[in-house]
Amino acid sequence: MTNIPITASPQTVSHPPMLSREAREGLTAYLFLAPNLISLGLFVVAPLFAGLAISLTDWDMMSSPTWVGAANYAGLLSDPALMLSLKVTLLYSLMVIPGGLIVSMLIALALNSDIRGLRIYQAILFLPYVSSTVAVALAWKWIYNPQYGILNAALRTIGLPQPDWLTDPAVAIVSVAIVSIWQTAGYNAILLMAGMRSIPKHYYEAASMDGATGWQKFWRITLPLLKPTIFFVMVTSLINSFIQSFNIIFVMTGGGPGNATKVLMFYIWENAFNFFKMGYASAISYLLFVLLIAVTILQLRVTGRGAEEIR
Amino acid sequence: MHRLTLRAVLVHTALIIGSASALMPLFWMISISFKLPQDIFTMPPSWLPETVTFENYQKLFSSIPFARQFLNTLGVTTVIVAGQLLFSSMGAYAFARMRFPGREHLFMVFLATMMVPQVVTLIPTFIIIRTFGWVNHYMGLIAPYALGSAVATFMLRQFMLTIPVELEEAARMDGAGHLTIFFRIILPLVRPALAVVGVFAFVFFWNDFLWPQVVINSEQMKTLTVGIAGLASSVYGTDWGVLMAGATLTVLPLIVVFLVAQRYFIEGIQITGLK
Repeated sequence: MTNIPITASPQTVSHPPMLSREAREGLTAYLFLAPNLISLGLFVVAPLFAGLAISLTDWDMMSSPTWVGAANYAGLLSDPALMLSLKVTLLYSLMVIPGGLIVSMLIALALNSDIRGLRIYQAILFLPYVSSTVAVALAWKWIYNPQYGILNAALRTIGLPQPDWLTDPAVAIVSVAIVSIWQTAGYNAILLMAGMRSIPKHYYEAASMDGATGWQKFWRITLPLLKPTIFFVMVTSLINSFIQSFNIIFVMTGGGPGNATKVLMFYIWENAFNFFKMGYASAISYLLFVLLIAVTILQLRVTGRGAEEIR
Repeated sequence: MHRLTLRAVLVHTALIIGSASALMPLFWMISISFKLPQDIFTMPPSWLPETVTFENYQKLFSSIPFARQFLNTLGVTTVIVAGQLLFSSMGAYAFARMRFPGREHLFMVFLATMMVPQVVTLIPTFIIIRTFGWVNHYMGLIAPYALGSAVATFMLRQFMLTIPVELEEAARMDGAGHLTIFFRIILPLVRPALAVVGVFAFVFFWNDFLWPQVVINSEQMKTLTVGIAGLASSVYGTDWGVLMAGATLTVLPLIVVFLVAQRYFIEGIQITGLK
């Protein structure tokens, strides 16, 4: 299904016959692709390998790097701060991914109904997503403030306990996760809503005729058919949560109190750009990369197989 | 017409609670930015300022080079978005419309690079930028992104594949080369897709924090996110009026962009979700 005309085009005639038509087309194609190729080569592919090489060295960026082999990777195992950071990251992901999914699913279900003012709701719910994470994290920092923030003022009024949202080590990671869910729920809801809209109506009509309740329809039709979108939402929130969590944590807690909110991304950044341990920081980022791939494959298997069952 | 059923009431209630939660932090951010210092610490906090003041904004512009940081952000974001739109649509055109050796493999490589998280490339990219001498320089902010992105190229390619080739064939018969076809025929036709890619990229790079935080180290070169984060960790860390003024001016341009280009945001998500 290509678009090459059968008759020779006039341009073939006007050029010297040194290069064949195919060769010239190939050359033009690579010229069109050149900026993209330079960018991906220099800023994705080269860093991917360079990072691996750096992770095998001891390097403070001032002196020249010393080769240490797998020492950084061996060091990972005996670093209590890393173990803590892994735990914090896991905890954070376990709150943000299912929590975010439930919240955005509820919004999506509401948005998927035939009511007035849908576009206005959509627009408002989407606003947190376009707002800069750093800026809204600052606003949330005020909201969480124990003395004059609105949250504890409200809790005080209705007589509920008022936690130290950002200074209690047990609560801080929850507070950070709430901001993350708040910021992405609207975006994910619109994604899920688009997925719901693409489910053929007659499935629901048939189920109604069989006397299925709304609840049954959700569990038997909507949820199974929505699995690809749910998977997409989960993987993207997992990957986004690393960068987004860094922004929120940088502004709101600085990794504290103690190390209670020091997620892996923050720990990597700190090692690289505060302590100048480039080799060690690279080793951690590779560990994180491998973990991300493993989790993605796992999610793909769990949700992927489920999707096949219903076909 | 629309009978208000119990179901509709429930749905509206849920959406109103959701919308109020979405707006609440933004509302307080703006409200505090116009409050007098003494009004910020009243208990319980008042929803609206007693007296509207621009003091916080004046203080913001005099304590950090905020105007400069605003222009930095605007300039850098515009250059990156323009670069991505041009170069990614060129790449997309090659993948969608040209035959060349290695096309399928190269496309797989493009797809694979989309899976590489920034976490892994952050440190080596910094070293590469440092080697070029671009630390604390506009080039450091722009270079890694302005030559196109795999995601943008991929999305534009998908869109170009849906355009029928007949239009180009007529032009080709008349002797038009790829450059002419690309600029005269394809680019105008992919405008809706360019808008989608463009608005998302604009929001993303305006709000980007990690990379500018790593590559910039002077007040004059900072972008807004790095600027206000720095303000928050300085002596102004508890001056909520000033901080909220900075946050408001960082968020406001994007809210305007969003309200103007809302359609493209919603369309964009729907395309991503159904891929």
